[in-house]
Amino acid sequence: MSDEQGLALDGARVRYRRRGQPDLLAVDGVTLKVAPGEIVGLVGESGCGKSTLAKAICGLEPIAAGTATFGGQPITPLRLRPRPDHLRRIQMVFQNPNASLNPRRPVRSQVEDARAVHPAKAAPSVEDLLAEVGLDAGLAGRYPHELSGGQKQRVAIARAIAAGPALLIGDEPIASLDASLQARVARLLRRVAAGSGAGLLFISHDLSVVRLIADRIVVMRAGRVVEEAPAQQLWSAPREDYTRRLLAAIPVADGLGVLPGDDEVPAVR
Amino acid sequence: MSSTNHDGALLRVRDLSVRIGGKQVLQQVSMDLPVGQVTGLAGESGSGKSMTALAMLGLLPRAATATGAVELDGQNLLALPRRQLARVRGRQVAMVFQDPAAAFHPLLSIGSQLTDHVRHHLGLSRKDARARATDLLRQVRLPDPAGALGKYPPAFSGGQLQRIAIASAIACRPAVLLADEPTTALDVTVQAGILRLLRSLSDELGLATLLITHDLGVMSAVADTVTVLRAGQVVESGPRFDVLTRPQHAYTRELIEALPQNSLSGQLGDGDE
Amino acid sequence: MSRLASPVAGPRVRLPEAGSAWRQPLAVTGLVIIAAWLLVAIFAPLLQPYDALAQGTPMLAAPSSAHLLGTDALGRDVLSRVIAGSRVSIPSALILVIASLVVGAVIGAVAGYLGGWVDEVLMRCTDMVLAFPTIILAMVVAAALGPSIRNAIIAIVVVNWPQYARVTRSLVLGLKTREFVVAGRLLGNGPLTSLRRDILPNIAAPVLVLATLDFGNAILALSGLSFLGLGTVPPTAEWGSMVSDGMQAFDSWWIGTSAGVAIFTIVLAFNFVGDALRDSLDPQARRLVKEH
Repeated sequence: MSDEQGLALDGARVRYRRRGQPDLLAVDGVTLKVAPGEIVGLVGESGCGKSTLAKAICGLEPIAAGTATFGGQPITPLRLRPRPDHLRRIQMVFQNPNASLNPRRPVRSQVEDARAVHPAKAAPSVEDLLAEVGLDAGLAGRYPHELSGGQKQRVAIARAIAAGPALLIGDEPIASLDASLQARVARLLRRVAAGSGAGLLFISHDLSVVRLIADRIVVMRAGRVVEEAPAQQLWSAPREDYTRRLLAAIPVADGLGVLPGDDEVPAVR
Repeated sequence: MSSTNHDGALLRVRDLSVRIGGKQVLQQVSMDLPVGQVTGLAGESGSGKSMTALAMLGLLPRAATATGAVELDGQNLLALPRRQLARVRGRQVAMVFQDPAAAFHPLLSIGSQLTDHVRHHLGLSRKDARARATDLLRQVRLPDPAGALGKYPPAFSGGQLQRIAIASAIACRPAVLLADEPTTALDVTVQAGILRLLRSLSDELGLATLLITHDLGVMSAVADTVTVLRAGQVVESGPRFDVLTRPQHAYTRELIEALPQNSLSGQLGDGDE
Repeated sequence: MSRLASPVAGPRVRLPEAGSAWRQPLAVTGLVIIAAWLLVAIFAPLLQPYDALAQGTPMLAAPSSAHLLGTDALGRDVLSRVIAGSRVSIPSALILVIASLVVGAVIGAVAGYLGGWVDEVLMRCTDMVLAFPTIILAMVVAAALGPSIRNAIIAIVVVNWPQYARVTRSLVLGLKTREFVVAGRLLGNGPLTSLRRDILPNIAAPVLVLATLDFGNAILALSGLSFLGLGTVPPTAEWGSMVSDGMQAFDSWWIGTSAGVAIFTIVLAFNFVGDALRDSLDPQARRLVKEH
């Protein structure tokens, strides 16, 4: 067993079975590493396979080919058995804050459940965790429906880090939030991950936010990695045409009324 | 071109206040939608921006009480009886929503969904309606317009469906087009295409377009004027350039500062909450 | 130059107020009726003017001041029998519904959560039971076991559990992939913990609505079996068998009608309450206010 820490995917493939149609190769040979403490941004448009990849890393989808290891041990699919200890070090923050929390239990008990899984004997208290995500400790007794979308997402982040993860995956964690909150919550994720020495795989279709927090950015398209580079380098000097097109399509709030993208629309999608 | 020219306004909202249950959802909201311009309505969730659009359509929830006026061609839409309101809706005021997939019945062909209200409002024959539908799909730059009529919604991507939704909205040549977060659910490259389409349609057809979005980048690309809504009240409004580069109100400034482009690089500033 | 907002006076127009108030009186009525019947059942011995089983002389007597609802063919006071009957019909229906719910929900939850061949097998069993005409199957079971209220309950539970199984299964299927359930699994929850903590509390409400609305069916089914002679054994006072007696003495309308009205009122009451419960769970109304 190697002493390699963190996530290592090598030529990973994930296949979806469809009735009456050939299988869909949602992830087609992706090689990706996330070391502890590293912030990796995974960007791409809808259908590129980034969410499927996130699910595969959590064991929610089986890996059809290639290898996927975490901390040197293989990532096994999540079936009926409870998740083995070493794989509980991978936690996820989901896109939809409204579905991320159990509506029938108060915030405190949901974060407590996660604390119980923390490898260290003294996990941070619920109040400390809430404070770390910028929430008032008094919210612990509330139920999810009493919170706003942004607050729910912060609770979801608190729950994820309460388990003391070594790898935190955000699957479009800011996409359902208001634009005014997005950069803030992204930075929060970076801070809590970096603070605990965990790696962060931040998946998003929004390059302008990813560029703010990632050390390294990976661009995916149609199940494959198209480009991978340090964040600033990808932003200012992209190598691939596809990356260039993605960057050109981002609207800038400069008040000048410039329409993003180019005039010729190659294939209307 | 002056954007605060009241004489050019087609749809005027005057002191619109809406109350649902015990909650004041909109408070004394006033704005104009001038002909041929894209009026942007910005705000966070819960600010009441979608409710404003629903009020313009006469689609406020039954539990809502509204005071004030929504004037279109001199008529107050809030005071119209149901039957007359149904004539205005779709014919003079049309709307495009955030989720294109939810805008269509999955089991009816695009052709029937495009021709249905056209035949109702304009009384066209089936043949004429189909011709019009094909023409509309061409206007929104959908590939293979004639073939698309026979297909069903699941055959199209999100961006294509949104184009079809826009085609459906402009089918009866409305005077006002309301777009509620039309690109929020779409990829950024697809969004660029839809924004271009909205802008060009507004110019070509002389529509008074209301663009609702929380994304100030989208606002900056397409809107002529920007109105900022917060907790049901108008906080600031004016030409796009002024509002986005020289905001007067602290809340507007907050919104602008929260944008990623205006944030320090994450390596150094890890954010304060 | 952008303009800061300032208030401007204008004309006022009022829209008509919301029209959902009609729903509430029905729910309140339903609750009142159920509460009233529960009190009657609890205090039956005190409320009955006569012994429900005591036979007497004025047989088939029309309602009078002595016998408010008249007497039946054996001279027993009908009012007393209706009151006594509440002690049989109502608890039996409750037991029936609870038993069907437990059996059905367990089967449905197991099928929904485990999926695969377990799901297939359990659902085919469910389908087989559903394929039978319910009252006929109940009759067969009751006849095989012998007429008694206990066997009637068992017979109806046998035909009644599938609807709970189906509803529970589809609710569990829907929740299984919900993010918070998945989050729980990633934290190490096994299937039982997942079901107990995350899934069952969130499906309880719709299943309860089903049970409330089912209560009416339960009473009717029990009454039906008693009517056919497969439920309670005479001389026990039970509403269904009273309706049956009433059929045989048709001119003495008070016998069958009293029990029939009793059944009608409590079934209707449970339906009102079930409807109100279901409406109060309607996420639409709440969502509309929140998101705008």
